[in-house]
Amino acid sequence: MDRPNLVASPESLAEALAQQDYLADEELATAVFLAVQLGKPLLLEGAPGVGKTEAAKAIASALGRSLVRLQCYEGIDAGHALYEWNYQRQLLAIRQAGEQEVDLYEDSFLIDRPLMQVLRAPDQRVLLVDEIDRSDHEFEALLLEFLSDFQVSIPERGTIRAAHRPIVILTSNRTRELAEALRRRCLYHWIGYPDAEREAAIIMLRTPEVAEATARAVAQAVRNIRARPIAKPPGIAEAVEWANAATILERGGSPWPEAFRRAIGVLIKDEEDLAFIRPELDAVIGEALR
Amino acid sequence: MKRGGPRTTRPALPIEVRPFQDFARLLRASGFRVAPEQLTGFLRAIELLGPRSMNDIRLAAVATLAPGPDRRPEFEALFDAFFYGVGQVVTTSDGEEEVQVKDDASIAQHEALPIERREGGALSASAEQLSKRMFESDAGRLDRFRREIRSRLPSRRSFRTVQSRTNGILDLRRSLRQIVRGDGDLPAPSMRHRLIVPRRLLLLIDISGSMKDYTQDCLRVAHQVVQGTQSAEIFTIGTRLTRVTGALKVRNQEDALARVAALVDDWDGGTRIGPTLMAFLAIPRFSALARGAAVVIISDGLERGDHTEMETALRRLGQRAFRLSFCTPLAGDTRFQPQTAALKAILPVLDDLVDGSSVAALTDFLLSLGRPSPSAAAIWRKVS
Repeated sequence: MDRPNLVASPESLAEALAQQDYLADEELATAVFLAVQLGKPLLLEGAPGVGKTEAAKAIASALGRSLVRLQCYEGIDAGHALYEWNYQRQLLAIRQAGEQEVDLYEDSFLIDRPLMQVLRAPDQRVLLVDEIDRSDHEFEALLLEFLSDFQVSIPERGTIRAAHRPIVILTSNRTRELAEALRRRCLYHWIGYPDAEREAAIIMLRTPEVAEATARAVAQAVRNIRARPIAKPPGIAEAVEWANAATILERGGSPWPEAFRRAIGVLIKDEEDLAFIRPELDAVIGEALR
Repeated sequence: MKRGGPRTTRPALPIEVRPFQDFARLLRASGFRVAPEQLTGFLRAIELLGPRSMNDIRLAAVATLAPGPDRRPEFEALFDAFFYGVGQVVTTSDGEEEVQVKDDASIAQHEALPIERREGGALSASAEQLSKRMFESDAGRLDRFRREIRSRLPSRRSFRTVQSRTNGILDLRRSLRQIVRGDGDLPAPSMRHRLIVPRRLLLLIDISGSMKDYTQDCLRVAHQVVQGTQSAEIFTIGTRLTRVTGALKVRNQEDALARVAALVDDWDGGTRIGPTLMAFLAIPRFSALARGAAVVIISDGLERGDHTEMETALRRLGQRAFRLSFCTPLAGDTRFQPQTAALKAILPVLDDLVDGSSVAALTDFLLSLGRPSPSAAAIWRKVS
């Protein structure tokens, strides 16, 4: 479990992430390295589909830890994030005990939720708080308390504290601004869209059957499309899917430009955007294939 | 960064650290928020990384001092200016801009004043007639508005739960305690549910010269908002930013408006919506009021000069707010189209762009805030 050489430098960490099929640039590798070494949470922000959650997964498996994911949503509350008592079992225990004394607040009656799970084994788990911008600001305050001390107080039991600081990764789509206090407490990295070369490399890593020339053409075309004012710019996952779909169509007998055009629904998933891009699609693909 | 040594003397930071402290100070002076813990994080990060090159220091700064993507170029420029000594100009000009928002504005506005008044003169005759015709019903309308506004605001579910008798989910924790207390008996199960609370209403009223004919109506509506709700906040924006919520807490309308009149210094001046809203966002205790609130800006959107700052301010405001609405008196005209460059630019970030020309229009709109509606861009695209 212990791999000291892994996080000795940002470069070795980037290498370990590459082995997990995640290509991190220098800035991201440095930010992750610092987060692990300083014991601070890492806040990843970026447009949808640039691989924020993927990054967290890759970090967890590179470090040989399991990933505990807390998906945020509007209305999430402490019971979903911290812990809950298993009341049904408590009631049963009272029934069964009869005249005997029974401790209702034992560990066996406690249901650990993600934050608590991480507190219990900080060196074996990585906590991912996904899409924190979707939660209410009250939940953000709760999280702030957790992230500063890494402890949870249960009225019936007292305080449970992490033995040492766990690795925490937060992601946000930036649909709203996060509290300044939360940003301050975290290391920060903005994940942008990768350049064409890196994107081609990612496509080839993800789908080995796609030829290199195809991957390059897709990366070029997607980059071109993202530069246009469309409502939902395609993410990396969509680019990978597009390359894959076009390859399958080409094997089925469509010539190249035709295969790309027919697979466009995989890349752009908004009717207005499709109408906007369709007239220019031939030019974009033609330019990329050259 | 604990270092060995006797505890009585405070361990002084080594002299090599000083440039980094100075850099943080420079960032603060340029409007970046750098907390002490971020600075210590920065120093520890540099230590951890080697540092083997200047690039290590840059990466450490980017990760720990957390510049947002929109301010990244500015951050890079400051970094280069400080550590490499290139492009020093950027830093000084930035500092001055921040101050100008509050200070010399009133002097500059005096020249602009008569011109803008003359512009409004032609329109005022017809506007006055309109308001006279509506005057009779306005008092009753405002009264009804005050009684209804609290229940018509958009709401959110509170994080806290309260005990309830009928609806909600079973409060197992409380019930279990009752069972233990009652020796295995439960007379009636406890229930709890999450409260539904109204969101805050934040009104930003433009009181510049071009809005002269409408400000009084706006303030009368604002007065009723403050009287009818718990947590509304009212600001006036002109060349300065003034919080008038306290003045409007006075029950009597005439007294309240008189207090506002005394409080605000920049009546009927020029319009500097962008800089004033940026000032609003820069003050944490004010900008926190916009978080999750229904934000309504009453203005004609006739920004003097460049509107990019206004666009930035509104985008940031929109990210904080639950719903961002823009009421413009110009939309009272049926031929109105969002054609000015400023309105076109801000249209994508707005949730509503509606008529704010009379008490009736304003109150009707505010009462409809709780109901969902298509975004402003979708509505106006169809019209045009």
